[in-house]
Amino acid sequence: MPATLHVVASAGPLAASAWTDAGIKLGNSLGAIAGFLGILLLIFFAAGRATGRFAKPLAVLVMLGPAILLLLVGLVAPLVRTVFLSFYNADSDRSVGLRNYDWAFTTDSIHTVLLNTALWLVVAPLTATGLGLALALLVERMRWQGLYKSLIFLPMAVSLVGAGIIWKFVYESRGAGQPQIGLLSQLAVSLGWEDPPNWILSQPLNNFLLIAVMVWVQTGFAMVVLSAAIKAIPDEVTEAARLDGARGMRLFWFITVPMIRTTVVVVLTTVMITTLKAFDIVRTMTGGNFGTQVLANEMYAQSFTQFDVGRGSTLAVILFLAVLPLVAYNIVQLRKERETR
Amino acid sequence: MKGSTAVRRSFSGPLGSLFVIVVTVLWTIPTFGLLATSLRPKQEVATTGWWEVFTHPELILSNYHTVLFEGGFGVSAGMMPFLVNSLAISVPATVFPLVIAAMAAYALAWVRFRGSDTVFFVIFALQVVPLQMALIPLLQLFSGGAHLGGLTIIPAVDLSGTYAPVWLAHTMFALPLATFLLHNFISQLPRDLMEAAIMDGASHFKIFRSIVLPLCTPALASFAIFEFLWVWNDLLVALTFAGGTPEVAPMTVRLAQLSGSFGGRWELLTAGAFLSLIIPLIVFFALQRYFVRGLLAGSVKG
Repeated sequence: MPATLHVVASAGPLAASAWTDAGIKLGNSLGAIAGFLGILLLIFFAAGRATGRFAKPLAVLVMLGPAILLLLVGLVAPLVRTVFLSFYNADSDRSVGLRNYDWAFTTDSIHTVLLNTALWLVVAPLTATGLGLALALLVERMRWQGLYKSLIFLPMAVSLVGAGIIWKFVYESRGAGQPQIGLLSQLAVSLGWEDPPNWILSQPLNNFLLIAVMVWVQTGFAMVVLSAAIKAIPDEVTEAARLDGARGMRLFWFITVPMIRTTVVVVLTTVMITTLKAFDIVRTMTGGNFGTQVLANEMYAQSFTQFDVGRGSTLAVILFLAVLPLVAYNIVQLRKERETR
Repeated sequence: MKGSTAVRRSFSGPLGSLFVIVVTVLWTIPTFGLLATSLRPKQEVATTGWWEVFTHPELILSNYHTVLFEGGFGVSAGMMPFLVNSLAISVPATVFPLVIAAMAAYALAWVRFRGSDTVFFVIFALQVVPLQMALIPLLQLFSGGAHLGGLTIIPAVDLSGTYAPVWLAHTMFALPLATFLLHNFISQLPRDLMEAAIMDGASHFKIFRSIVLPLCTPALASFAIFEFLWVWNDLLVALTFAGGTPEVAPMTVRLAQLSGSFGGRWELLTAGAFLSLIIPLIVFFALQRYFVRGLLAGSVKG
């Protein structure tokens, strides 16, 4: 009885202090916004009074200055510095030439990392885009299509950490004979597999199980974008083809696919970029153990767990070089598409 | 018959519909399992699968109370401080880049000066830089300041234990995309309107505040939703710049820690995870159209 009382008594103040803490923090945060906007308004008021030939330079300085300063400090300078650091040792006090790059391409453990990353890069975008395309074609004429689309698209709103936890629970495994609490193990058991493996530990299967999470997240994105592209095909084009006798798969392969080719490529590369940079899924589900490490997570581990700034920077540069052509291509395509519209 | 309908018709059929329904069910079940588990008593969760709720419906809310206020994960105050941190990080980290980028976009579009096209192109091109390239130098800058030779350019400021590094980092990383998107919109505003305002003697600041901002609300809303969800769901920036303490770390950081070390307490982990999903899900269902628009535009960010 005293024990229960103690719990009740301690839960009260704790909860109360949690609310006080919340009030202070949110107050600070709103205060920061108010301060920021207040200072801005004051500067606007002061600078707005300037007339004559100072008015324009002053406007440019006040309005463009903050963005340029932040970009120089936050992106441009760090970009140069990371490249520079990649030629230095762990503590950045001795130049090591190309030794970090040599390490990245010759060490066995990093080989696994690069191979896994390549696997992610091929499997996740192709599966998500293929599935998304199939769904986009199939869902359109169904009743309650909005419901199906929303539910498939929903994982996109969830954090990758959340997605990782959701699926880690699906893959949860218990020893043989015990009741399973993970959905996948239970499915395996009810299909007659008496002792299913511990999914997360079984290599190389576990890599595919982690990739499945990325597919789960990205399929809805592919579906929504491709669905919009299919709707945008001009009616005359399909009508002409139909008059020429094209039906079914022929119509799909010779009309739909060429008309949405650009969008398919943009979706593929976009999912590739996300896949390359995402480290959350692997970090949440395996921590990079059991042969599942990928480049983005290894970069984080080298930089902030091993504190090897040189190697971490090297991996960041490799990641950058891998992403660069994809993003550049994507931006050009998106721009072209926007201009033709 | 509509042309695009013709294509789709040739694909529809009972098998096609069945496929869509199967995928939808497969896509929904894992999240539903998470929700169901978070509502079941500890003992039940540890010994039986969540699908037992259909036969033995016994649902409770106490897991949420436990995970929010009592913890049981080695932190006495539970998840509550982290949830508050998520909010306290996300709101300013959405407002700051939004305002700064809107000003920059206006200046680049309507206060023409020599080199403004070049500046716009460089900002636009900075979208290709992955976050990872900036993490180490930026962290060093926040903790040690910037020095060139013996000269201190930016002094070290002790920002640890505050939200400032996270806000700053998110603001910096959001600017290329935000400026690009808002520039697309702001540069399309009618030229006559701008010229008339200048004729009336309005300063650029006045035009920006009383004409540009009200007119580009839809673009601002799209980007705000995208950025808010991006920051709310982010792990990389938070992990690097906020550390793992209840003072500043957001929910994603805490959940990633728990997932690694306390995988066994599923009733608490699922409750915590679902708490972190509530706000994105509300935003998703309430503002789906803006959300999709922002997402399409921002798909190469990061």
